[in-house]
Amino acid sequence: MTIRVSRRRALQGAGALAVAAATLKAPAIAQNAPIRIGSVATLEGPFATGGQDAYRAMEMLFQAENMTIGGRRIEWIRESSNAQADVALARARKLIEQDNVDFIIGPLSGAEGIALKDYSATLNGKTIINGGSGAADTTLRNPSRNFFRFNTDGTQWMAGLGTYVRRTLNVSEVTVVAGDYAFPYAQVFGFSLEFCRLGGKANYLWAPLGTTDFASQIAQIPRSSGALVVVHGGTDGLAFMTQYAQAGGSLPLIGGSIMADATMMSARGPHRRLMVGMVSGGPVADVIDDPQWNDFVARYKRMPGAFPSPSIHAVNFATNTMAAILALKQVNGDLSGGQAAFQRALQGLKFKAPTGAEVSLDHNRHAISDVFLNRIEERNGQPTTVAFQRATQINQTLGVPEAQFLALGAPSRNNPGCVAAS
Amino acid sequence: MTLQLTLTILLNGLTLAALYFIVASGFSLIFGLMRTVNMAHGSLYMVGAYVGYAVFEPLYDQDVWYAWYVGLVAGMAVAAVLGVAMQKTVLGWMQGQELRQALVTIGISIIVADQLLANFGATSRQFFAPDAIFGASFVPGVGRYPTFRLFQIGVAIAVGIGLWLLLNRTKVGLMIRAGVDDRDILSACGVNVPVVNIVVFALGAALAGLGGVIGATAQPLAQGVDGRFLLISLVVVIVGGMGSITGTAIGAILVGLAEQVGQALFPTYSVILTFVIMVVVLALRPQGIMGRAR
Repeated sequence: MTIRVSRRRALQGAGALAVAAATLKAPAIAQNAPIRIGSVATLEGPFATGGQDAYRAMEMLFQAENMTIGGRRIEWIRESSNAQADVALARARKLIEQDNVDFIIGPLSGAEGIALKDYSATLNGKTIINGGSGAADTTLRNPSRNFFRFNTDGTQWMAGLGTYVRRTLNVSEVTVVAGDYAFPYAQVFGFSLEFCRLGGKANYLWAPLGTTDFASQIAQIPRSSGALVVVHGGTDGLAFMTQYAQAGGSLPLIGGSIMADATMMSARGPHRRLMVGMVSGGPVADVIDDPQWNDFVARYKRMPGAFPSPSIHAVNFATNTMAAILALKQVNGDLSGGQAAFQRALQGLKFKAPTGAEVSLDHNRHAISDVFLNRIEERNGQPTTVAFQRATQINQTLGVPEAQFLALGAPSRNNPGCVAAS
Repeated sequence: MTLQLTLTILLNGLTLAALYFIVASGFSLIFGLMRTVNMAHGSLYMVGAYVGYAVFEPLYDQDVWYAWYVGLVAGMAVAAVLGVAMQKTVLGWMQGQELRQALVTIGISIIVADQLLANFGATSRQFFAPDAIFGASFVPGVGRYPTFRLFQIGVAIAVGIGLWLLLNRTKVGLMIRAGVDDRDILSACGVNVPVVNIVVFALGAALAGLGGVIGATAQPLAQGVDGRFLLISLVVVIVGGMGSITGTAIGAILVGLAEQVGQALFPTYSVILTFVIMVVVLALRPQGIMGRAR
């Protein structure tokens, strides 16, 4: 096949290219440096906003160290996924096998975390520190010795919420609408465990991640429900809330941890009116009465493109990045010996997360930390999450003995954790 | 399942189908009639929606009633201009080379998506429908139902009738249809075929832009919708039959209903249902339901 291009056509093409080169934005090019840190967050798909914000927080922390730890420069290689496990895995492999990074911080979303945990178990002398993913089984069942998670998981984030709905709001039946993947399973499990134990009844409606039209699911919400528990996030949550508002929905709203997030509330739309007054549980709120948090927010706000308050993903990535930096400092940047000293340092860390919550790891290398109950209030014309209750030092099994908790089975759409008190 | 719930779900399917029809009709026009494999159709949707939003937002902040309509016109116009630019600079001279056109348009869609990400960021956006078509209306048998979704059906019917009249009752339509059958003879008759192609491309792209603004009013607008609407358009056109407006309407209704009924009955696997329909149609009637065998 031959292509004939006239001279005029070629000149037109060249002109167009020159214009394009002048107006298009060029990608940044990373510099060379000795400690190679890879990261995976979602710059595509339903959590694109969250992934961007996660990298904003990481950049802030690395910059505070002047991109140098123990005399070694940090080279940070950013990868992107779209919240799907296979994509996150491919990007992590690329970081380890081609970019030859020392360790990875990431990923952001639930099922991705489980995939990277399994991948980390196959590695020798490499470490994966979680980014923001919050599925329970990433660390609870079949944990990997190379995978560390300094943020609490989706089940922990619901600590206190089921009790609040049953006792304080005195609601006996709720409908749970949730995403059909690992992270909402964990959240729904944490909520149902408390709510059903206190005699509550729950109906469940699951929808795949990436659903954009929830109209038929909204039509199915039973009239007997006293409240609606929404465990969607990102654009899924936005679509659900917008369409629920359009359908004239009026039930009291209880939110999963990524509903009441900067990602949702920075978007404009009819959903905002409904969300004022919504109560949710999570590791972070816009307003927390804590000096460490106020300092973190002030520094965060100086970053270009920052939200009025850091998103949950930014805070989780920041917590894990802080851990990595602290451990690197303890070993003075020394990652030799199959990273044994570095991993020991990670395991032994005890530090304060950006929210001021004390963080330490359990025997599965999973975080024990504080969780907040938040309410959305209108402040200065902006919906704002305000922490009104803090549950301290929540562990991964919500205080239930581990063997008993494990016997309940892994959270799934068929096992939402709704077991009445025996 | 009660009768009311069943009717609501069917109406949801039809209103969703209306949106799919608007987007896919433009794709069908370009793909079916001109044989141009435009894998950047989703990008035209997204450009229309984002640029429409950029025009809409400042006007909305000033609280003028026509903000949404101006956004709609701007979205359509920009999509049409981009479509014409694509046809004129790259696609026109590779007419008939389908693989090359497919690859080039995939390349364009990647560039467009990244440029939109760089300029608009990843924050989700959504249009607010004007007061006249916001809120809920009473529908017999269903009860209160979002007015905007009913409006979508109205727009889709208008687009369908308009296209049918254009193709079957006007001289331009005659030229377009003649061009499908034999470009060379049409050219020999004194018709400027490249200009006809550009008109078709502008129209198809404008429909993508229209779909973009309507779609971004019904659902959030975010990065990645380009791929979704390209896929839906492909499925709709393949199921309905290429180049047939009626076929596109049937395809859109099947896909829209499948999505909503699937979500109500078996949400986890509803995604598969759309593709099951495509597989069945391709197995039994490869040219599509209303397609002409060639």
